[in-house]
Amino acid sequence: MDPAWDEFIITGEPFILAGQIAILVTTIGIIFILTYFKKWKWLWNEWITTPDHRKIGIMYIIASLLMMIRAGVDAMMMRTQLAAPNMPFLGEAQHYNEIFTTHGTIMIIFVATPFLIGLMNVAVPLQIGARDVAFPFVNNLSFWTFFWGAMLFNISFVIGGAPDAGWSAYMPLASNDLSMGPGQNFYLLGLQISGIGTLATGINLVTTIIKMRAKGMTLMRMPMFTWTTLITSLIIIGSFPILTVALAMQTFDRLWDAAFFTLQDGGMPMMWVNLFWLWGHPEVYIVILPAFGIFSEIITTFARKRLFGYTSMVFAIAAISGLSFLVWVHHFFTMGAGPMVNSFFSISTMAIAVPTGVKIFNWLATLHRGRIRFNVPMVWALGFIPNFTIGGVTGVMLAMAAADYQYHNTYFLVSHFHYVLIAGTIFGCFAGTIYWWPKMFGVKLNERLGHWVFWLFMIGFNVTFFPQYFLGLDGMPRRIYTYFPEDGWFSLNFLSTVGAYMMGFAFVLLVYNMYYSYRYEKRETSGDAWGGRTLEWATSSAIPPHYNFAQIPEVKDQDAFWQMKQEGVDPNGVEEYQDVHMPNHSGNPFVMCVFMFIGGFGLVFHWWTIGIIGALGIFACMIQRSFSRDDGHIVSAEEVRKEEAEIREGQANENG
Amino acid sequence: MADTADLSKGLPTNPEKATLEGKNKFLGMFVFLAGEVTMFATFFGTYLGLRDGTAGGPEPADLFQLPLVFIMTMILLTSSLTSVLAVYAMKKNQFQKLKLWMWVTFLLGVSFLSLEIYEFVEYYEHGLGYTSSAFASSFYTLVGLHGAHVLFGLGWILLLLLRYRGTGVTLSNAPKFYAFSLYWHFIDVVWVFIFTVVYLMGIGA
Ligand code: HEM
Ligand SMILES: [Cu+2]
Repeated sequence: MDPAWDEFIITGEPFILAGQIAILVTTIGIIFILTYFKKWKWLWNEWITTPDHRKIGIMYIIASLLMMIRAGVDAMMMRTQLAAPNMPFLGEAQHYNEIFTTHGTIMIIFVATPFLIGLMNVAVPLQIGARDVAFPFVNNLSFWTFFWGAMLFNISFVIGGAPDAGWSAYMPLASNDLSMGPGQNFYLLGLQISGIGTLATGINLVTTIIKMRAKGMTLMRMPMFTWTTLITSLIIIGSFPILTVALAMQTFDRLWDAAFFTLQDGGMPMMWVNLFWLWGHPEVYIVILPAFGIFSEIITTFARKRLFGYTSMVFAIAAISGLSFLVWVHHFFTMGAGPMVNSFFSISTMAIAVPTGVKIFNWLATLHRGRIRFNVPMVWALGFIPNFTIGGVTGVMLAMAAADYQYHNTYFLVSHFHYVLIAGTIFGCFAGTIYWWPKMFGVKLNERLGHWVFWLFMIGFNVTFFPQYFLGLDGMPRRIYTYFPEDGWFSLNFLSTVGAYMMGFAFVLLVYNMYYSYRYEKRETSGDAWGGRTLEWATSSAIPPHYNFAQIPEVKDQDAFWQMKQEGVDPNGVEEYQDVHMPNHSGNPFVMCVFMFIGGFGLVFHWWTIGIIGALGIFACMIQRSFSRDDGHIVSAEEVRKEEAEIREGQANENG
Repeated sequence: MADTADLSKGLPTNPEKATLEGKNKFLGMFVFLAGEVTMFATFFGTYLGLRDGTAGGPEPADLFQLPLVFIMTMILLTSSLTSVLAVYAMKKNQFQKLKLWMWVTFLLGVSFLSLEIYEFVEYYEHGLGYTSSAFASSFYTLVGLHGAHVLFGLGWILLLLLRYRGTGVTLSNAPKFYAFSLYWHFIDVVWVFIFTVVYLMGIGA
């Protein structure tokens, strides 16, 4: 492709220029701060090379929040452009196309998925009473593939040009003929690299949950978040390879003129659509099931009741995960599959509403007669139930194939998936972050600010998206960059934009609260910040010691820690300390993923030499790994005893 | 949980699953292979969908030579057997035998791969380029992906054999040899499907 140098870096666009300057300033700022405070070594030793699940989880969450800012700015720009008819804000359709493409892709792949994986990393090993995940090295590798994949995707808008074929990248729209330039290649390679990490995480978590549960924790005693993590990981294993294959085929079509999707060479463009949604629909359940798990934890904790219908919850998740593979055609009812096929997928889609409904009623029954405390995580959970239900109900409306001919690709659809993704996944991410914040950082987030964030965000969300249902019914198509005064869509669009700014403001306030609380809130003294029921709250200190538990607790009940508290058992009352085996740090995954980035970048521009350098680097890292001796290290019983004694002393001082 | 095993009475009977790490690797490998199943299944589906899209170029029945593919199949099946013998030796703590059978496995894998390359060159000379048609792209990608797996497996076992050439069977290398053998069987099974779906059905149709 060999772009000329003046096309390589995008120039002459004010917003992109602003982006470039922002990136430059931030990068220089970060380098300066790290150098000035001599933090490079600390960053490398404590974070970049860490095998510690909690730290990896924190890195996931921070990176996802940053990605959320990026995609959120995209959203604000789109809403500004659509605030009034004939807006000149973004200039031309091309810009708008790029922005909705990067917004959607980033929100799904680089926000929702990694955010939840981050929370899983923080909570799941603690919930099952394990010292780490099964493969800590791979865990670190997963994070860096996500990170560098995201970076590759994100630099597209300043170097070479952003992809513009939508997050679903249908062929032939995304082919060389209709999407010229390297933009779509960034999409393909960025997603491919990060997809490897997601799959590895799935494998890692399945193994961890099956093999490393504390004594006495049978499957049916696992906390609900662990259950949803297990099932989600299984969905990942069943669906992400499909994305891998689809992306690879489109990459081959674009880079090496393969003929998978080109009609005149015998290829099938519909193959892409099928494969994309065969992954895409399970993916939406990958990002909703863990959120369901988080809400189950929060609702039981703050209603101070056992989860109602635990067994039916487990069956419901399992049913949803199975059905999620049987509904993908509902994304293209209008593409002429015929009445039999459409009817089948219509029914299977509606069937998903049944187990989902079971879950909703279980939560309501858990709340019923609970002694509810309205802390911020709980408020998010309570907000989730009605808002998500609106999304589910409109989903069932879309599932009626005949009616979908009316709704499809209108704002009605846009509103549906934002109601489920925001009121479900994003509320869940926020709620989980606030709930486990003391586990991560040893303080709670300020509750007063927290309530403000919730109300602003929740109201803003409804103001943004509720009008969109009516815009959709009124015929406004999705993915248009402007409209005319005669269309009559002005007032609802304007309202929607106002709501979007409210949500944006609430998000800024949330981030500010993180800073504020870190500076000013009171430190937690015990491991049990909320009166929790599950093992993550049973650690000896607020931030768990790096080995998590000096002695692995024995589980006798589904609410393991609650039951210990009832019976006056101290999970940290260890009589005889034992040696603890812990994994080693390694810089190998980071370096390997930098090579993935380099190789991917080379492929984007057809610079084969750079691609090959990347590949060789990856292999070199694998070989280095295979020859290095890494059996972990032993923390001696004496060291554990000392650390635990220090923790207890600190707590005594705080209380005394 | 047992991070180390009691070695006073010699190696345990299942050295690959004696430690927690070993158990994790064992299950992790199976779960990984489940992901691989999804991936290959998708490629098989694609191939079946695109098989008829020959765009006027060579068709399966014009190209495939059963005798060659049959020999390749036999070679790969035999290599699976030799890897079983290697693991069997490992469980009996016979390190020299383990190495010997693994080397045989390696050589069989190399001959399989050479034949595959020869096969591809043949097809190319008969006018089936990678970009000729959807059939060509999907055929080369499916079979080539399998070939790439064989290549990866060869690199893997080579590294293991070099690294552990003088150590004897240990609790840390047993799971690695074992994981490799699982992987190798998997590749073999995939080939059996390729043999059936691509070649037999290709000639039959
Ligand atoms: C009761 C459950 C649900 C039902 C019955 C349902 C049904 C549907 C249907 C029929 C469509 C396609 C409509 C069209 O294109 O015309 C759709 C689109 C979509 N749904 Fe759902 N859905 C449900 C839950 C969810 C959940 C939980 C999520 C994610 C968390 C989700 C995310 C999406 C997304 C992202 C799209 C549109 C993707 C696009 O075209 O770009 N849905 N849903
Ligand atoms: Cu769907």
